[in-house]
Amino acid sequence: MAEEEKKSFDENEAASLVKELRGNIKSNKTKSYDWRVSQLESIRKMIVENEKEIAKALYDDLSKPEFEAFISEISNAKSSCELALKELKHWMKPEKAKTSISTFPSSAEIVSEPLGVVLVISTWNFPFLLSVDPVIGAIAAGNAVVLKPSEISPATSSLLVNLFDKYLDKSAVRVVEGAVPETSALLEQKWDKILYTGSSRVGRIVMTAAAKHLTPVILELGGKCPAIVDSNVNLQVATRRIIAGKWQCNNGQACIGVDYVITTKDFAPKLIDALRKELEDCFGRNPMESKDISRIVSLNHFTRLERLLDEDNVSNKIVLGGQRDQNKLRMAPTILLDVPKDSQIMQDEIFGPLLPIITVENVKDSFDAINSKPKPLAAYLFTNDEKLKESFVQNVSAGGMLINDTILHVTVDTLPFGGVEESGMGSYHGKFSFDAFSHKKAVLYRSFNGDASIRYPPYTESKKKLMKALISDGIFGMLLALIGWSKD
Amino acid sequence: MESELESMREYFKSGKTRSVSWRLSQLKGLLLFIKEKEAEIFEALKKDLGKHPVEAFRDEVGTLIKSINFALKGLKNWMSSEKVKLPKIAVLSSAKLVPQPLGLVLIISSWNFPLGLSLEPLIGAIAAGNTMVLKPSEMAPACSSLLANVMTTYLDTKAIKVIQGGPSIGEQLLQQKWDKIFFTGSALVGRIVMSAAVKHLTPVVLELGGKCPAVVDSFSSSWDKQVAVNRIAVSKFGNCAGQACIAIDYILVEKKFASNLVELMKASIKNMFGDNPRESNTIARIINKHHFLRLKNLLSDLAVQKSVVYGGSMDEENLFIEPTILLDPPLQSEIMTDEIFGPLLPIITLDMVEDSIEFINSKPKALAIYAFTKNEQFKRRIEAETSSGSLVFNDAVIQYAVDTLPFGGIGESGIGRYHGKFSFDTFTHHKAVTTRSFLTDFWFRFPPWNGQKLMLFETVYNFDYLGILLVILGLKRCKRNLDVI
Repeated sequence: MAEEEKKSFDENEAASLVKELRGNIKSNKTKSYDWRVSQLESIRKMIVENEKEIAKALYDDLSKPEFEAFISEISNAKSSCELALKELKHWMKPEKAKTSISTFPSSAEIVSEPLGVVLVISTWNFPFLLSVDPVIGAIAAGNAVVLKPSEISPATSSLLVNLFDKYLDKSAVRVVEGAVPETSALLEQKWDKILYTGSSRVGRIVMTAAAKHLTPVILELGGKCPAIVDSNVNLQVATRRIIAGKWQCNNGQACIGVDYVITTKDFAPKLIDALRKELEDCFGRNPMESKDISRIVSLNHFTRLERLLDEDNVSNKIVLGGQRDQNKLRMAPTILLDVPKDSQIMQDEIFGPLLPIITVENVKDSFDAINSKPKPLAAYLFTNDEKLKESFVQNVSAGGMLINDTILHVTVDTLPFGGVEESGMGSYHGKFSFDAFSHKKAVLYRSFNGDASIRYPPYTESKKKLMKALISDGIFGMLLALIGWSKD
Repeated sequence: MESELESMREYFKSGKTRSVSWRLSQLKGLLLFIKEKEAEIFEALKKDLGKHPVEAFRDEVGTLIKSINFALKGLKNWMSSEKVKLPKIAVLSSAKLVPQPLGLVLIISSWNFPLGLSLEPLIGAIAAGNTMVLKPSEMAPACSSLLANVMTTYLDTKAIKVIQGGPSIGEQLLQQKWDKIFFTGSALVGRIVMSAAVKHLTPVVLELGGKCPAVVDSFSSSWDKQVAVNRIAVSKFGNCAGQACIAIDYILVEKKFASNLVELMKASIKNMFGDNPRESNTIARIINKHHFLRLKNLLSDLAVQKSVVYGGSMDEENLFIEPTILLDPPLQSEIMTDEIFGPLLPIITLDMVEDSIEFINSKPKALAIYAFTKNEQFKRRIEAETSSGSLVFNDAVIQYAVDTLPFGGIGESGIGRYHGKFSFDTFTHHKAVTTRSFLTDFWFRFPPWNGQKLMLFETVYNFDYLGILLVILGLKRCKRNLDVI
């Protein structure tokens, strides 16, 4: 394949891209069930036939262990695709809506139709999954879609360009690579929906651009996802699950990863010991050498994490780990105990292998600590106390919650995945993806038979009585009013 | 203002608004207000818009009673958590969706249905257990005052506040932090609202407008023709004098049926609204001078003036415009590019009624499309080939009253939806909650990694129970080469 000079993608390019796609969907090709199924099958094939290449790209970008790549990205993308293929006919069916006496005779339904041309802006930590999953939803709903992968994960980004080019219908599905200038050019255009995954800072930029065109948005952002650990738990299992939700999850660089832990003063030492032991079982005596843990994605993020660690009154709270290697962009699993509340590490989303443990007197006090911060994408609780579980669900607000485990709730495709407040707006996964990229059109069918004259002027007192009776008291009241009885 | 909102947030934190009894009591209070103060409501609507009490009842009071009753009936059900299916492999786990209130929400309403458009969203916000601020439109001052001073006496004012004012109050409110903003109004202000919402990443619902077309096919039966014409006339002129987001904006009809349609419409208008509609008060007046002059201006173009075939008289002192029909005004004129929002009805003629699909698609997506036709194939084409907030066959406006249909726009006509349970959902966060047990755990979930663990994942994700067994028994081997580096 001949090397091509990369053209700069500016506003004119972006405008003509959108124009071209809008022209291509005029024929309603993407609306047809057959087109959607053919694209989804191609995506499935694309994943299955290129597992090795995908794993390699993820390794190049993040040193992601192949197992992690498989279980957290490739597998999830494949099952998301397979679910859509299985359910699409059912999802596309209009939903009948009940009608009442006020519009009798009539019938009504809610029809799902594509929005048109949509934009998916993805991120670097699960660069394959978070690109392909929303695209699956957009295609299942019958839209044309432009994907802008993250430039911070360049190997995956260019792999997506090649794969989409080879497997998918170019007339409706495109990938645009680039960084800030290219993204800005895309955001200037009018889209029918934008799904953005990333930081709340850029989320605001996306929403501002969308407001100009009244474009609805889904923002999948982040937050500090807390894990509360009660003392009445199976410590070994709880610890392993916390490790699974922190260091096995892109080495803490995940929006739903455990950001910090809250436990009681008394229980903290036990928890720390358990973590120490289990971490060694998972990653060996020297985690910096372990092949089973991802690296930090870039120098930028590496220095950001270093700054968090090196702050005064924070660096002396390290109880485990702290090792780092700038050349290899590696940082060891690090645990800190009771850093100051106002330290940067307790203000910013960490997005790395540093785990602060905050202690409270009573496990119940942890709720206030969580509620004093912006609402996170996920909140976790480890306990066997049923009352505590109930209180947690009722009193803590988060996008999603998982009790006695971490991160797994996002693999349940019957649950919506999304945030609230600072952690985002809108949701997707499973049928929610289809709904996210659909317009639910209300359709009412009326007949010409049975036209009630009480609807039309001139308005008389008796018409008013009938109308009131009909609306307030239903058909019985109306019959009474017809024969002259009324509450007036 | 900040301290008022702060105390509302504290009140929300106390959990008072979350109980089913609080929500029911507020909804009942609202119902009592509407029933006990009916006379005052009619007076306020008469003062602000010159609405006839029957029109006011049909469009605002009556629909609100219906909506409150619907919410009262459905509330317990709506509030309950919904169990969610998990695959068999998820042994000893459970998952559910828990509906929770968002917190403190802002509702900004419009002037044309000042009661309806303030209280319909309020019903949803209350049902969902939030605290809320309502800012009614200052352009309907009698209604705004009624809501602020009388309605509040029926409600818990620690949780529900009405703040009156114009654009500057609106701006101040938009600077605050809300958990949701619900706005009804123009697309121009909708953009301002959404841009302001970015500051706090506040999700928004925008109920905007657009040019809602009515496609009129030809009918062989004169009964059908008459019913269609009656429905068009009442939906346009009898609905706040056409000042409604879902009113018919313009008509599309085949050339050969056009003159018949015009004749039938003239007769229908005379029948319904009489010879002097202003005196008989069968038509509302224009809200204010600004909009009156805007509508007058639409007819100022000479070519547009020439196309008037009925009506056209305007009474500036009384802000009254009589029902006016135009036949084929120039497509580039403002009356055919802007949302009319008044009692002027352009009829555009086409060679074939099917051309209406292309015509509609050449304009921004509307809040509603109306199609009067008995041709099943044509109905299917319209449904498949056009896009709008809602679509109604053989009637207009009436979809507003159906609680089971979502009411909202698409593209320029809006974002989000409400009515019925959709109102509850729009002010709710459906939190996903999963519970796992400590008893089972998959040992293969944890590093160090090996081929067998990978195989187990693969079979688990495929829900391949036999495969899982085979791997455990050592009868399935890992085919992959695991050295990537």
